[in-house]
Amino acid sequence: MLQFTRFRTAIILLICLAGALVALPNLFSKETLKSWPSFLPTKQMPLGLDLQGGAHLLLAMDQDEIKKDWLNNLRDESRKVLRDAKIGFAGIGAQGLSQLVIKLAKPEQRDAAMKALQKVRQPVGNALLGTGVYDVDISEGSDAGTIILKESDQGLRQRIANAASASIETINRRVNNLGTSESTIVRQGTDRILIQFPGLKDTKELKKLIGETAKLTFHEVHPSMSADEAKMTSIPTGYKIYPSDQSEGGGEYLLREQPVVQGADLADAQPGFDSRTGEPVINFRFNQIGARKFGNFTKDHVGRPFAIVLDDKVISAPVIREPILGGSGQISGNFTVEGTNTLAVQLRSGSLPTKLTIVEERTVGPSLGADSIADGKRAGIIGGVAVVALTILAYGTFGIFACIGLLVHLVLTVALMTLIGSTLTLPGIAGLVLGVAMAVDANVLIYERIREELRVGKMPVAAIDAGFRRAFVTIADSQLTTLACAIIMFWLGAGPIRGFAVTLTIGIMTSIFASVTVVRLLIANWLKAQPKGRVTTVPV
Amino acid sequence: MLMRLLPVFKGVDFFPHDLNLPFMKFKGPALALSIVAMLISIALCATLGLNYGVDFKGGSLVELRTKSGNADISALRDKLNGLGLGNVQIQEFGTPDDVLVRLEEQPGGELAQQAALKKVTDATSSGYTERRVEVVGPAVSSELRMTGFIAVAAGILAIVTYVWFRFEWQFALGAVVALSHDVLVTAGIFAFFRFEFDLSTVAALLTILGYSVNDTVVVSDRIRENLRKFKKMDLNELLNLSINETLSRTILTGMTALAVLLALYIFGGEVIRNFNLAMLLGVLIGTYSSVFIAAPLLGYLGVKRDWSDAAAKSVAASAKTKAKA
Repeated sequence: MLQFTRFRTAIILLICLAGALVALPNLFSKETLKSWPSFLPTKQMPLGLDLQGGAHLLLAMDQDEIKKDWLNNLRDESRKVLRDAKIGFAGIGAQGLSQLVIKLAKPEQRDAAMKALQKVRQPVGNALLGTGVYDVDISEGSDAGTIILKESDQGLRQRIANAASASIETINRRVNNLGTSESTIVRQGTDRILIQFPGLKDTKELKKLIGETAKLTFHEVHPSMSADEAKMTSIPTGYKIYPSDQSEGGGEYLLREQPVVQGADLADAQPGFDSRTGEPVINFRFNQIGARKFGNFTKDHVGRPFAIVLDDKVISAPVIREPILGGSGQISGNFTVEGTNTLAVQLRSGSLPTKLTIVEERTVGPSLGADSIADGKRAGIIGGVAVVALTILAYGTFGIFACIGLLVHLVLTVALMTLIGSTLTLPGIAGLVLGVAMAVDANVLIYERIREELRVGKMPVAAIDAGFRRAFVTIADSQLTTLACAIIMFWLGAGPIRGFAVTLTIGIMTSIFASVTVVRLLIANWLKAQPKGRVTTVPV
Repeated sequence: MLMRLLPVFKGVDFFPHDLNLPFMKFKGPALALSIVAMLISIALCATLGLNYGVDFKGGSLVELRTKSGNADISALRDKLNGLGLGNVQIQEFGTPDDVLVRLEEQPGGELAQQAALKKVTDATSSGYTERRVEVVGPAVSSELRMTGFIAVAAGILAIVTYVWFRFEWQFALGAVVALSHDVLVTAGIFAFFRFEFDLSTVAALLTILGYSVNDTVVVSDRIRENLRKFKKMDLNELLNLSINETLSRTILTGMTALAVLLALYIFGGEVIRNFNLAMLLGVLIGTYSSVFIAAPLLGYLGVKRDWSDAAAKSVAASAKTKAKA
């Protein structure tokens, strides 16, 4: 146990050296690192949001809204397909949020209708494997002449996944306007999106940017009937009552549900000021398709009002004075300058597929982060000094070896964390310090064992050898159980806890090498260095 | 070369090794005490309940720092209580210019939490800067609570499986009782003193599990070794010997852990004080439980006495086939 070949010694020293080299950049500031020669590593452990400050927002998508949108689309498509196939139907109604019931005019046309309706469904999943799963299940209803279109689980899952990736893209575009800092936006679970934004001081702007879906649509206003009249009698088919924005006076409008032009046809939107009144407005421009649609519409409706609707609320309903053929225009509402800035960004970056609600928010200001680092450093140094003092007091010269082992342990842990890019959090610092205290346990086990062997009268070298060998089983057992805990913490934990678990896991892995192998190498060398190779007393 | 420069000196072997303290004599009272402590803890958690933090209860937490001078907490209290946000807790946090404001979960789902937060921000923005904001909505808090409990249960289960695999079922049973004791009593103390119980407390509990089982495994290893060495020794005597033999290690490791944790608790800052407190308590309780519960329980449960190499080999072989299967 106490023999080390030159080769093994070299490998051990090499590992320590490499570890020190990788860990080194963490001691310096980013500016200093820039001036380093290029062959030296300059990668640092990334700091968690709790240490460098920043925002963490967990958003939830509205699944019901996704389902509702999809059901609406499905209804429109089915209507079109049946019309094209010349199959008459009495009605298409939504049942809950997951299925449509189609009632045919002639029950005997059911088979033909079901065949035609196959066009509305789409295969889900791997196109290559062709699993034969569709996003819509088409089945016969229990009543004669009815057909049920029901969304399949796979279809729903895919739709939510699509909505999530579309949301992430849109958020990315919107957030890019906030600055250059590297934010990460990822999907979490099925219907959640996590935004992490290091260095962000104020979340107000961020929340405003993601707070609205910004679905902009242009609608035709009903030529003769007002919303109040429609409420009294009945709402004409294809029309719907829209509330207006508070600033518009809070009235209601009866608008055609199918929009003339949608926000997706916008090519640009910029904040600006009205040349006559000086109030803040949004200047927009359509793409070619949008410009043509809007041009045709305004040509046919001169002298009549149309409505600009944002997120299902009418923000203004101007009267068309002349055809707008150039494809650009102006939206005025009761905007503030700030409001037009945000809205312009939202319109430019496209609308979100669904409304997002903030379900969890954690923001740490940069000053608190800096304080936490300082506190962690101070506590770590004091704790470390306490461990070193106790160890040397209790184990003398061998205690010094143990402390060198602890240093190696710390360096290697930091090096590994740097290599895998694991984030250092505040609990992570605690884990690092605690890891040192637990690593020293290995040495305590070994040294207590050596003392025991000496007490029963073993010769020094034999006692040291037996101490290492006997204690090793125990060390391995105890480390493995702690490892089990750490892995569970990582698996279940979120955010800061995960950081702590990673630190703990790496600490366990390095502690066997540092506290056992390195210390054994030191002791073996110490034995060799004794005069004439004779050891009379063991300094433990 | 370098080695010769090192001062050669012995450490202080402060621990009297021939004490042979009669732990097993106290196994009855100690066990009774532990069971009572566990029952009281369960009762405390059931009646008083744990003082859940924002993570588990939902609601908001805002840490504020005054722009100048000390915080006027009573003025702040008057101001925030006037906002109609239910019970608003305000306390000094670490230094006189730092304040921690806690809002309970607002009725009305996720949006209501954000609206409440905005009210607080607007009301305090003139005199204070925000250092930290945590808002956890009802959906997330119930999920986190669930994961927290699953994590602790899974931690105990994983450890017990390992101990069972490496030793015998009696050892595993001793470990599970000791670990449950540690978790329950720590939780009981948290409930009694109304310390905040949140995600970081769960992390601390998991670490305590790891630490406590460390102690238990060290003693168990020694018991197994002594079972091989002294085939005829009375079990109680043997357990007592094993505990005593490992006692110097138990205490020294405990002391280093406590030293570090104390340093972290005192100097580590306000944000993770709770975490460090849970760890401190847990290390004390965990050390107690491995000495007074895990090993003495074996005296009641009894263990296999034939630990000869032949028997060990057959166990190892069956373990291997188990692992392969």
